[in-house]
Amino acid sequence: MRELSLNILDIAQNSIAANASLIRIEVAEDTEKGEMRIVIGDNGQGMTPEQTQRVTDPFYTTRTTRKVGMGTSLFKMAAEMTGGTFNIRSQANEGTKVTAVFKTRSVDFTPLGDMNSTISLLIAMNLHIDFIYRHSVDGKAFTLQTTELKQILGDVPLSEPDVVEWIKSYVGEQTQIIHGGVLHENNRRTQRYQRKSKSNHDR
Amino acid sequence: MKTIEELNAIREKAKATMTVREDNVDVIRVVVGMATCGIAAGARPVLNGFMEEVARRKLGNIVVSQTGCIGMCQYEPIVEVIEKDKEKVTYVRMTADRVARVVSDHLVNNNVVTEFTVGAIAK
Repeated sequence: MRELSLNILDIAQNSIAANASLIRIEVAEDTEKGEMRIVIGDNGQGMTPEQTQRVTDPFYTTRTTRKVGMGTSLFKMAAEMTGGTFNIRSQANEGTKVTAVFKTRSVDFTPLGDMNSTISLLIAMNLHIDFIYRHSVDGKAFTLQTTELKQILGDVPLSEPDVVEWIKSYVGEQTQIIHGGVLHENNRRTQRYQRKSKSNHDR
Repeated sequence: MKTIEELNAIREKAKATMTVREDNVDVIRVVVGMATCGIAAGARPVLNGFMEEVARRKLGNIVVSQTGCIGMCQYEPIVEVIEKDKEKVTYVRMTADRVARVVSDHLVNNNVVTEFTVGAIAK
């Protein structure tokens, strides 16, 4: 996957398949430590200890049509490649929580990418599920909670085009604000990369 | 800057147009495969594209939704168009660029874009 936001979209599909009514997605960045923690938690049907243990095995799946399940293993690999960690905890009938920590200074770190699309699509495509999305950077944070939006919107569904557009822009703007209002993380990475390759070149 | 309060205005505007949509009987369903294979192959911009194009053209009879693995991962992103009393059409290796053409030719003017279908590719 080219962006972690795609892994997040993918992992959230598991929560949807597990009949969750609440999905919580959290991205916490610590620029000093060079860490990004991503948590996807749900209140779905959960898994047995045996299933939980095997879920990161790419040759394990609960699906009956095919014998391979890649999603969770790809996410785990993306985290561990950077020197980070991966953890999955699940309790039958209570839910599942996937936590991945990424070392952002690693060359193998995949950028977070377009969270605006991931969040707006998840919300618009799953009207019966409540979503909580929280993103923080060094303690500065914002939270988007669909129950709050539903309260204001009443009968108007969250899939209404104007609402989808609003969610995209809101997440985009808030992300920029917690990043200090100027550069998006991707641009910052690109600049850092350009600086690095330039200094290598000078040498 | 976007504020939560703006949703009040959106609600009022949406309420005025919503009733038209609910009365529609002949719904066309556009289903995008969003399993790991689809997402990795680029299904997100395709799904996004359909939602935006359908909204932009105000096509009230079209429902865009997602599904899991359709079972032909090598042809992802896959989009199925399902219409009552008609054979299902399966578009393969979709891209965001191809969305506008499928919407205008197929969903609006009823001409299947044969060159993008699984039949044209999987021979």
